[in-house]
Formats: sequence, C-alpha cells, structure tokens
Amino acid sequence: MNGDGFKERFKDREHLLRLAGLFGVGVLLFMLVQALLIPKGFGVYGHFRAGALDDNRLRAASFAGHETCEVCHSDVVDARKGGKHAGIRCEACHGPLASHAEADDPAAKKPARPEAPLCLVCHAANVAKPEGFPQVEPKSHGEGGSCFTCHRAHQPGAAPEAKP
Amino acid sequence: MSADRRQFLIQSGKFIFLTGAASIAFEHLLAGEPEKAPNYKLTDHWWAMTIDIEKCIGCGNCVRACKEENGVPKEPFLFRTWVERYHVPRGDIEHPEVDSPNGGYDGFKEKYRPGDGSKNFFVPKLCNQCAHSPCVQVCPVGATFESPDGVVLVDSKYCLGCRYCVQACPYGCRYIHPETGTVDKCNLCYHRITKGLTTACCESCPTGARQLADLKDPNDPVHEFLRTHKVQVLKPQMATGSKVYYSGLDGSVR
Repeated sequence: MNGDGFKERFKDREHLLRLAGLFGVGVLLFMLVQALLIPKGFGVYGHFRAGALDDNRLRAASFAGHETCEVCHSDVVDARKGGKHAGIRCEACHGPLASHAEADDPAAKKPARPEAPLCLVCHAANVAKPEGFPQVEPKSHGEGGSCFTCHRAHQPGAAPEAKP
Repeated sequence: MSADRRQFLIQSGKFIFLTGAASIAFEHLLAGEPEKAPNYKLTDHWWAMTIDIEKCIGCGNCVRACKEENGVPKEPFLFRTWVERYHVPRGDIEHPEVDSPNGGYDGFKEKYRPGDGSKNFFVPKLCNQCAHSPCVQVCPVGATFESPDGVVLVDSKYCLGCRYCVQACPYGCRYIHPETGTVDKCNLCYHRITKGLTTACCESCPTGARQLADLKDPNDPVHEFLRTHKVQVLKPQMATGSKVYYSGLDGSVR
C-alpha cells in the first residue's frame, strides 16, 4: 500500500546511486594507495617495518668474541690464569679478528703481534684514571726500554725481574 | 567452490574490517611467520647496559672497536660511542670542564695536574636505548623505533634523513652518516647480541667497565650489579626511560 509513496520518495534516486558509486570508488582508491605506500611488514610489532629488525641483525661481525678465540687458544687461557690480565678479552689487545677465526686456514691470516706501546694505551699515567689502577710515567718508568723486557703481556706481574 | 568462497571472505574481511597495518599483521599470522629468526625470541630479551665509571680508564678501546665493528666513519664528531673526560674544579660541581678529543679515539693526553683539588674521571657515552625515546616520537615515517627487545633501532631503508631525531635526542647520540645520508646511531650491536655475542665495546673493554645486560634474563649478573651498586641514568628528569645505568655517576655529568 506504500508502494506508490516509496516510489514517489525515491523517484530521484539516480543521483544518490551516483554519489554512492563515487564514494565506493574513493574508498577503493584509498585502499589501493594505502596498500602501495605502506611498506611490507609495517605494524607487525609496532609503528615500524618488521623487516628492519632483520636488516639490523643480518650483518657480519668484526670481533669474533673471546669464546671463539678460546676454542683453539686454550693454552693462552691457561697462561693467563690467575694473572692480572686474565679477565681481559683477547680482542681488547689483539684487535678484531673475526676474519682470522672464520678463515679456512686461520694460520694463514695471523694477526700482527701487539707492540709494547699498546701497553701505554691503558697504563700511561692520567689523573682521570681511577686511583689504584696501575699507571706509569712512560718517560721515567723502565728507562725507556720495551715493556716486555720486564713484563709479560699475558702474565704482567709474574716476570722474575718485574719492577713497579 | 567452497575454498574460493573462503578465500574471498578472508580477503574481503581483511580489507574491509581491518586497517592497513592490522591487515599486514594478519597476513603474517596467516603465513605462520610472526618472527623470522627461529632461535632468537624477541620477547625473551630486554637489553640494557651498565657502566661503572670507577672502572673506566679512558683508553678509548670501546670507541675504536665500535667504529671498526659498525663502519662508523673515522672522521671526528661521528660516533656511536665516545668517552668524555670530566674535570671538576675544587667544589665547583656546576662548572665542570669537559673534553673529548676525537671522542677518545686516540686516548687522552694528560692535561691536568694531580693534587690540585680537582676531581677527574671518564664518562663513556652511547645511545641510552630509551624505553620512551624522544627520537622515536619525532620520526615522521617510523624509521626509528624501540624494538620489542628494548633496543632503539634505525630502519635505514625508510629513513628520510630529515634530522628531526638528531635534534630530539637529549644525549646527542645520533649523526647523519655521510655516505648514506641517513641517520646512524648505536644499535647495541644488534647483529651481535641477537647471536649470543656481547657488543664490540664490551668485548674490547679491558676493565669490564661496560657490561651488556639482559634485564629479562634471570641469570644475568646485571641483577646483582643493580642490587649492589648505586646507579643512575643520564638526565633522569627527562623521563626517557634510559636503560644505560651508570654506577658512580657524578652530579656534574651532563
């Protein structure tokens, strides 16, 4: 019974449909642009691209880590045992050696032996260093000779003729 | 036919009912790969670092190791970590003299006389891995973020190089890499710590002044360290949620 009233009310529905169509196209366009612009994996863990975690992760290291060194050089671990340098990790003095550790023939990629001046990097006197840390005046201590005349790097306190 | 309908419902449901970001998360769930790294669980770690100022001898090993490990340019003023020397004149905590020649890369030449009543010490600095980081908040494209395991990382593929974060960091820990034009900063050697290694700076620190810490690991010695030491973070008034804990930090340190 309302059929005529309904038809009467929506007799100009053409422009409503057109508007709805336009709105639909707008929504689709928005979704398309959004899909194109938002990088893959964005929002998985938060407001960032999840793949960035792996980008930061998947890189080679330069420092092998002392655990790696100790696999082969257990003799040095024994030599340092109980000494003042026992807690220092290998690469602190010997430098980054992942290339040596990962080489097919590590012996062919032997690192250079650290020279005596390296000792002064830590042990040269400086008032800003903590009290109690062993420090020397490079000019007056040891009469200008090499540190290794009196000290052994892996057991600094144990050399027979060690002087303060 | 029924599989097609199911596919259709999944696809349309994803697009209509979920926002763009959530639909991507849903895709990952469907693919069954919430984490790409099988032996490293993001949710099992919460990384931090402890620095014992009373152990730092200013040798610069950390600075050199960091540049080597992370390809930081050798030129001055570009650092992921650096060491500052503080010289606090007698009783004048408000006016410390701070220097950091080449970030401590070449060590520190003796500059002050012992016994002049001053206080002298070294302060190693690095990204504080803030839990509520100002740098993350200002990034307009989500190229820097706090990872679920507590490290502030940079997505260099999406970084615009706009430098907002460089200005926002209250600790001055960011720089623009001259080769890539994108921002770079300490990422706590993310490529190492996710493989069970410690950071390059900790690996090369001769006195153990710096220690990498996993606050979610109940067996990490950090818990004992935090219990037995009075620690402080830098600029606590900024409420950045810094996770680099300094022991023996002087009030003069900025």
